[in-house]
This record gives sequence, C-alpha cells and structure tokens, in this order.
Amino acid sequence: MKPADLLYAKTHEWVAVADEGGAKVATVGISAFAVEALTDLVFIELPKVGARVQAEQPFCEVESVKAVSDVYAPVTGEVVEVNARLPDRLEVLSSDPYGEGWIAKIRISDESNLAKLMNYAAYQKQCAEEGA
Amino acid sequence: MRNTRDTQLLFDLSKPGRRAARLPACDVPERPPEELLPAGAIAAAAPALPEVTEPQIVRHYVNLSTQNMSVDTHFYPLGSCTMKYNPKRNERAAAMPGFADLHPLQPAETIQGMLHVLYEMQQYLSEISGLAACSLQPAAGAHGEYAALLVAAAYFRDMGQSEQRKRVLVPDNAHGTNPASAVMAGFDTVAVKTLKNGGVDMADFYAKLDDRIAVFMITNPNTVGIFEPAMRELADAVHQRGGLVYLDGANMNAILGVTRPGDFGADMQHYNPHKTFSGPHGGGGPGAGPICVTKRLAPYLPGPVVEKELRGASCEAREDEIAPFSPLSPRNSQLHRYSLTSPPKSIGRVRSFVGNVGVLLRAYCYIRTHGPDGLRAVSENAVLNANYLLSRVKHFLPVPQGDRCMHEFVASGSRLKAERGVAAMDVAKRLLDFGYHAPTVYFPLTVPEAIMVEPTETESKETLDAFAETLFRITGEDPQLLHEAPHTTPISRPDEVQAARQPTLCCPVF
Repeated sequence: MKPADLLYAKTHEWVAVADEGGAKVATVGISAFAVEALTDLVFIELPKVGARVQAEQPFCEVESVKAVSDVYAPVTGEVVEVNARLPDRLEVLSSDPYGEGWIAKIRISDESNLAKLMNYAAYQKQCAEEGA
Repeated sequence: MRNTRDTQLLFDLSKPGRRAARLPACDVPERPPEELLPAGAIAAAAPALPEVTEPQIVRHYVNLSTQNMSVDTHFYPLGSCTMKYNPKRNERAAAMPGFADLHPLQPAETIQGMLHVLYEMQQYLSEISGLAACSLQPAAGAHGEYAALLVAAAYFRDMGQSEQRKRVLVPDNAHGTNPASAVMAGFDTVAVKTLKNGGVDMADFYAKLDDRIAVFMITNPNTVGIFEPAMRELADAVHQRGGLVYLDGANMNAILGVTRPGDFGADMQHYNPHKTFSGPHGGGGPGAGPICVTKRLAPYLPGPVVEKELRGASCEAREDEIAPFSPLSPRNSQLHRYSLTSPPKSIGRVRSFVGNVGVLLRAYCYIRTHGPDGLRAVSENAVLNANYLLSRVKHFLPVPQGDRCMHEFVASGSRLKAERGVAAMDVAKRLLDFGYHAPTVYFPLTVPEAIMVEPTETESKETLDAFAETLFRITGEDPQLLHEAPHTTPISRPDEVQAARQPTLCCPVF
C-alpha cells in the first residue's frame, strides 16, 4: 500500500479501508514515523480475532528496547484477522510498515471515527511538528 | 591493565578436579544418598558445576566488577534513579552483629534494640511524609505501590464502595509501575494527559474525574523534574469526589523537609529508601518500599508493624507519668517494650517477617546522620545542582519544560537528531568513553529523544562543569564516531533486540 493513499490517526496508526462483502474492513498498522520513534522492536502482543475494539482505545501493544507502547484502534469494530506471522518477524515493521507489517483487520461497526482520521499530507505535517 | 582472561565464563575456566577447598576425610561411615532419601528426591545426574580454585573465582568476579560503572567510581547522573552516593558508615552500622546476626524468628523480647530502631524508622518516615502511620513491609517501591493500592481497595470495600470505585487515574508521564500496580490490585487505569511543562492537563483530568474514582496516583515532583503546579487543586478535586491520592515517592529527594506529601494532599505514599536515603541500589541486598498512610487508612496497613508500649504499665498509662529522662534514670528505651502487631483490619503480610531490614537500617542511619536540617539541605543541594546543570546544558540541548527544575531535568536531543542524525542513545553511549555513566534516555516518553539528568546533591561544581563541557563536546563530534560509541569499554553495543527476544541466560553445559 502506498503511504499517500492511507488514512492516519493522531496516535500514528495507519488505516486502509476496503469494502468486503458490503462491510467496511480497515487494515491497520503503525506508521514508518512511529516505527522509527519506537526504535528496535522486540515484541508485539496482537489483539485476539473476534475482539471488539473501540476507536482511540488501546487494542495492541508493541515493546521496543526503550519501552512498551500501546497501539490505539483507529476505528470501532471487531477484529476479523490478525497478522499472525508478525511476532516472529518484527523486522518487517521497519522494512515494510505499510505492507507486510500490517497488524490487524477490523470490521468497522461505527464509521463516525473515520472522519477524525488524517490524510497523508496532514499526517506528514503532524510528524514534522513532533520531530521538531 | 585489564585482566580479560579471568572474566571468561567459569565453565570455560573449569578443569576437572579443581577445588577451592579440600575437606578432611569423613570420620563417620558414609551412606549413599539412595539409602537416606526417597527416590523422587534424587537427581538423575549430578549437577554440572564449574570446578575452579579460589583465586580463580575471586579474580573472575573482581575483574568483572571492574568492568562496571558505579557511583563509587564514576559520576552517575541517571535520571529518575537518584544514584546518590552511599555513605560507608551506613554499611558499617547495618553490618553490626547486633543487627546482622539476628534471626527473624527470635522472640521479640530478645530483639528489642532492632525493634526500637524499626519503630523509630516508622516514626521518621511518617514525620517526613506528613502521614500518620507507616508499614515497613513492602520489599520495593513498586511493591509499596501495590500494597498501598490494596490498602485503598480494602478501605473502599469497608465503605461499601468497591463496586462503584474501580478507576485509578494516572498521568501519562508516570513510572510504568503505577498503572501496572493499579491493574494488579484490581483497578482499571485511566491515563491523564500531561502538558509540555510536565504538569497535569487539567481539562483532561476533569474530563476523566467522576464518582468512579478510587485513586489518583501522582509522582510529585514528577518525572520531568517539575513540582506539580496544581497539586492542591488536584488533591482537593479527588477528595471531593471521594477518591484517594497516592503519591509515588520516587522523587522525595527533592522535597525532604521542604514540604510533605501529607500536607499537599496525599493520603498514601511509598518511599524508595535506595533513592532518598542512600541505600545501595541492587547490590547491597534486597530493597524496601515502606509506605505511609493517613490515620483513616492506618487500620488496613500490611502487618506486622512495630508498636511501642510502656513496660509494666497498663495500656491507658500516659507517657508523662513516667519520670523524665535523665542520665541517672534507666534509659528511656528500657521503659518501653516494642512488639510486632497486626493492624486491626490489615490486608495481611506482603513480605516475610518485618520486611527487608538491611536496607532500612542503612536508611535509618542516613536519616539520623543528617537530622531534620541536614535532610532539608540534602534536598536543597540536589535541586541546586540540577538547576545549575540545566542552566549549562539548555543552550545546546533544549529543555522543553523550561528554565527551572527540582532534582532532575529532561533535555531533548530531537534537534540534534534532526540536524546531525545523532540519537540520544549515541550521546549516552559516548559519555561512557569519557568516564561518565549515561543519563537515562528515552524516558519519559512524552519528551522526544529524552535525556534525563539527575546529578544528586553530593556532586561538586567542578564535576558538574566537567560533565556539561563533555556533553557539549560530544554534541559536536563526528556522527559516525557517535553511532559506534562506546569505543573504550570491554563491550561496545550489546544486541539489545536479541537479548530481549532470545533471553537465553544459561551457559550450554559441556
């Protein structure tokens, strides 16, 4: 996926929304900026398939050599799939954060939060401010 | 010259048959273990142990110890950890046979001296915190947090509010142990945002404060070294909603004798004796995390606690009925008896016996050595040193929270990262080459490229100047040199990722 085509949460998750059989499904990952800021990742605790997640609430954890950080659900819905291979090959979060590094797919039950997500340009601006 | 041979693994140094000591032949008939023990208690094979001589094992550990940095060998400005110098007199006092050789199961009558000291320690900690009662039981700061939250839970249960009060509010720059303790004690944690200056975001705080609050946990001064500007308002608001205020006492080194948590609204707190009262970090034996609480929470404290009563007098007897102390009258302590009792509604034991008394004795010695004025001077000097260093460092490593701090400050290496590609970690690693222990880096997470410096009170102006100048010099060095630092240590950059992902600590045995 191209970073420019994705939506972004303030808390550095990316979202790609697709229509799957009439339901909107969000593929979620963390941005290259977030991966860089987290430095060397050592663990990820994936959400459970079937878990109900609430937008802007933690739904997954990543641990780096620096700290444990929450990953926030960018949308409200149900986890329908997780990237089960990710925990054993965390390096793809750095090498391909928007592709192989996806974390979970969430079937959206409430679309209201989608409007709060940023486009690429707005997200780039936020990163530039945070990096300064 | 550095001896590296003897720092090889003991298994690599091992040669069959080598011994540190050879015992005389046994003078009673030997019986095989199979005759003496049930089959299930006997291992299939003898454990593989390294076989080395006594000089080898001594050299191994002594040489390894020289590869470390310590507060006895280097300036150690590790923020948040308060690596203050540990006066050696504390060690001497704690090692006295009257303390060190006691058995924890001795009858109270035979350990009155120890109990006397522990009783006074409870009193001192209560006095310094401005809180009514103390338990010395918890074995570490985080254990103290957990124990105090269990006390809070027991209190709310007694008040019939345990269903209602489930939430623990924690600022997002708190130590990670705070939310962890809250969850372990059965509460739900709610993070409260903080502002750039380190203070609590009041709008976010009020948005999250309601009648479901059990405890508001706050570190004050906080982890960016700022005394919470709205402390009183926060505490009053929590109390108005029927909640309790917990003070994470990690940063007590900044406020000893200047202000007291009980006076600024805390209902409970823990101490880290290894930070505030110069107990050794780690190496000196198990730690302690004593807690103090208000009078209404005292009945729930973990026990046993030490109590003092008048010898031969009824419980109602008043102390002033006894003749005043004089050198000719029996010593005051002999008029009293100290005993171990459990508070009436105690949450029970959280540690065996009274707690880890070794580190408490060192802290007691430190408190007695300084006295009230001395402890205040400790804090004043710790704050002065941190501010002096801040004023020198801020010109080349910006300090987002501003120009003033308490005992520590957090500089940001983000400009250095953006302009020269040098990370806070590179600066930290390079400092080792110059003979300084690195400051804490990447904590708190609220400051990008955080470099957290806590000089403590014992350092001279010369040490602080030399450190600031070295730090300045490093920020101008070749980035490649910095990425590869340290260059002078026995191990340069350990593979932290592999260490975390494959924590295999066991040596493959032969």
